[in-house]
Amino acid sequence: MTEALRPVFAPWNDPDEKPLIQFKNVTKRFGDFTAIDDLTIDIFEREFFALLGPSGCGKTTLMRMLAGFETPTEGTILLSGQDIAPIQPNKRAVNMMFQSYALFPHLSVWENIAFGLKREGMKGDALNSRVDEMLRLTRLERFAKRKPHQISGGQRQRVALARSLAKAPKLLLLDEPLGALDKKLRQDTQFELMDIQEKTGTTFVIVTHDQEEAMTVASRIAVMDEGRMIQVDTPARIYEAPNTVYVADFIGDVNIIEGRATPSGEHVQIAWGEGVSDITGTTDTSFEKGDKVHFAIRPEKVSVNVEKPDDTPNAFQGKVLDIAYLGNLSTYHVEMPNGQIIKAQSANTRRLSRRAITWDDTVWISFTATAGVLLKG
Amino acid sequence: MRRLTWFNTTSLTLGFAFLYLPMVILVIYSFNSSKLVTVWAGFSTKWYGELMRNEAFLDAAWVTIKVAVLSSTFATVLGTLAAYVLVRAGRFWGRTLFSGMIYAPLVMPEVITGLSLLLLFIGIGLDRGVMTIVLAHTTFSMCYVSVVVSSRLATFDMSLEEAALDLGSTPFEAFRLVTLPIIAPAVISGWLLAFTLSLDDLVIASFTSGPSATTLPIKIFSAVRLGVSPEINALSTIMIAIVTIGVISASLISKRAAVRQRLEEQQAVRS
Ligand SMILES: Nc1ncnc2c1ncn2[C@@H]1O[C@H](COP(=O)(O)OP(=O)(O)O)[C@@H](O)[C@H]1O
Ligand SMILES: [Mg+2]
Repeated sequence: MTEALRPVFAPWNDPDEKPLIQFKNVTKRFGDFTAIDDLTIDIFEREFFALLGPSGCGKTTLMRMLAGFETPTEGTILLSGQDIAPIQPNKRAVNMMFQSYALFPHLSVWENIAFGLKREGMKGDALNSRVDEMLRLTRLERFAKRKPHQISGGQRQRVALARSLAKAPKLLLLDEPLGALDKKLRQDTQFELMDIQEKTGTTFVIVTHDQEEAMTVASRIAVMDEGRMIQVDTPARIYEAPNTVYVADFIGDVNIIEGRATPSGEHVQIAWGEGVSDITGTTDTSFEKGDKVHFAIRPEKVSVNVEKPDDTPNAFQGKVLDIAYLGNLSTYHVEMPNGQIIKAQSANTRRLSRRAITWDDTVWISFTATAGVLLKG
Repeated sequence: MRRLTWFNTTSLTLGFAFLYLPMVILVIYSFNSSKLVTVWAGFSTKWYGELMRNEAFLDAAWVTIKVAVLSSTFATVLGTLAAYVLVRAGRFWGRTLFSGMIYAPLVMPEVITGLSLLLLFIGIGLDRGVMTIVLAHTTFSMCYVSVVVSSRLATFDMSLEEAALDLGSTPFEAFRLVTLPIIAPAVISGWLLAFTLSLDDLVIASFTSGPSATTLPIKIFSAVRLGVSPEINALSTIMIAIVTIGVISASLISKRAAVRQRLEEQQAVRS
């Protein structure tokens, strides 16, 4: 057993920890349309909580309720144990970075950042040094005097971030903050955000529909669909132990295999069609014989070989349909005798290796008993 | 490229002549040295001098300016607030009725507006004078302001106000520090529009003015009934100049905002 050098940050597992935000059976309806459906969730101090889900699933609505621009139709939201319903947006220790940035066009970058501080009554040297600190943090010193329309999209995004950070809010809401940036700038900014969070200790709730972004920055991810949170967990657990086919399919690439379960000891046998032997899997949930199940397995957990490997219960013969070369990786699409296509991924560790496997070859795919996840339904 | 054919040129000339010939004649004759309005006797500015010595006209001019400044200021405040409520408040009970009623005075015959105001002032026992004309002009010009301002507010990004609230401003501060500066060109245009409307108005002013206060249009109208004098031509020329300046600055103010923005952008690129 190795001991972690740093204490693991997992306040959600600690029953003594008090949540910063609590949603208690919150429902939000617009007319007869339900945007948020009976939501209960705790978010803890210093978390980087990512909301992930398709467009229209209620992410922005959730944020706007925290910021105070929408009121829940039912249920309560607590901030540090206090019901925030009667508190006006301008009295909440919450700042929001808008999806559109919402920079004030008539004010300079400097004035934009100073806006919230001035409302607190800060002035003189204190104001100057705080704004300068924010400018330095977001590397905007050279643009302080410009108006928002005189800087680039990436710089504007930094202004919006600096402006919402300036008041050092307890809670910062970021609504798709990096959506407009190109990949390189986006990654830089993601690390910058994490850095800022380390330094300031602010709690972040971030909306994104970029799953890679959520995986990179989040302490926990909530995968949402139609106003509900389907799974709330650490990025690793969301990826490795999705609780539904929806979550498994939403994050990353995955093979979903439909079949019937037969429990046998600590294993479960899955029959998945004519001409293929059963898959052997493991699970924490119990299945009845004949239950319909989905077996989800990531392509990188499936290996491809010319020879049959003999150290695994799961080895199946198939034919290579397609090979996608991605530089660092290759993905093989292998057709099984039952017609199912399984994706298998392998790292290209050698440069331009003489490829042993090519189109239409007969190959063996294999994986361990614990490599996949068994999902009900 | 389209060329100016003789047909185009003629239409253009005729159109503009139709619009401006009467005014051009008036301006020219205001510089006539003869007392007879229709006989040209050489250039002179003496009627402008005469005008400056005419107490009655000067009084009326002073009343007119006072009324125009006060009523356009009131109309701008009220019209801007009405526009703000109509565009911002979303749906509330009676919204359609309210917005319809704000714009109704735009199409209401002035005679009716004037008459109803007169009846109101008599009903509540208000002595007719500067105050009543100001009230009347505020009433009919605030809907023009409200039209101008609400068309600007319709394209105003609501999230800017939310951002201001989010950063700790009160709703009033959000309006004063964010919304108002951004829509200022429209508000100023509205003020200038209301100002020129008030300056021009004859019908409503005749209903609501009293013996203690007469505006220039009324003065001119009653003077002309006794015969046109070159002095009136001079006075009208001055009014044409003021109105023209008002209308041109109203449109320039909105254009200049766009030009300044472009200049700033160019400077930013160069630095
Ligand atoms: N003010 C509103 N009035 C009516 N429907 C709304 C309003 N705001 C959001 N919705 C609806 O609620 C759903 C969730 O919206 P939103 O929270 O913006 O989604 P997301 O940010 O996840 O894309 C959408 O279907 C949207 O049309
Ligand atoms: Mg959204």
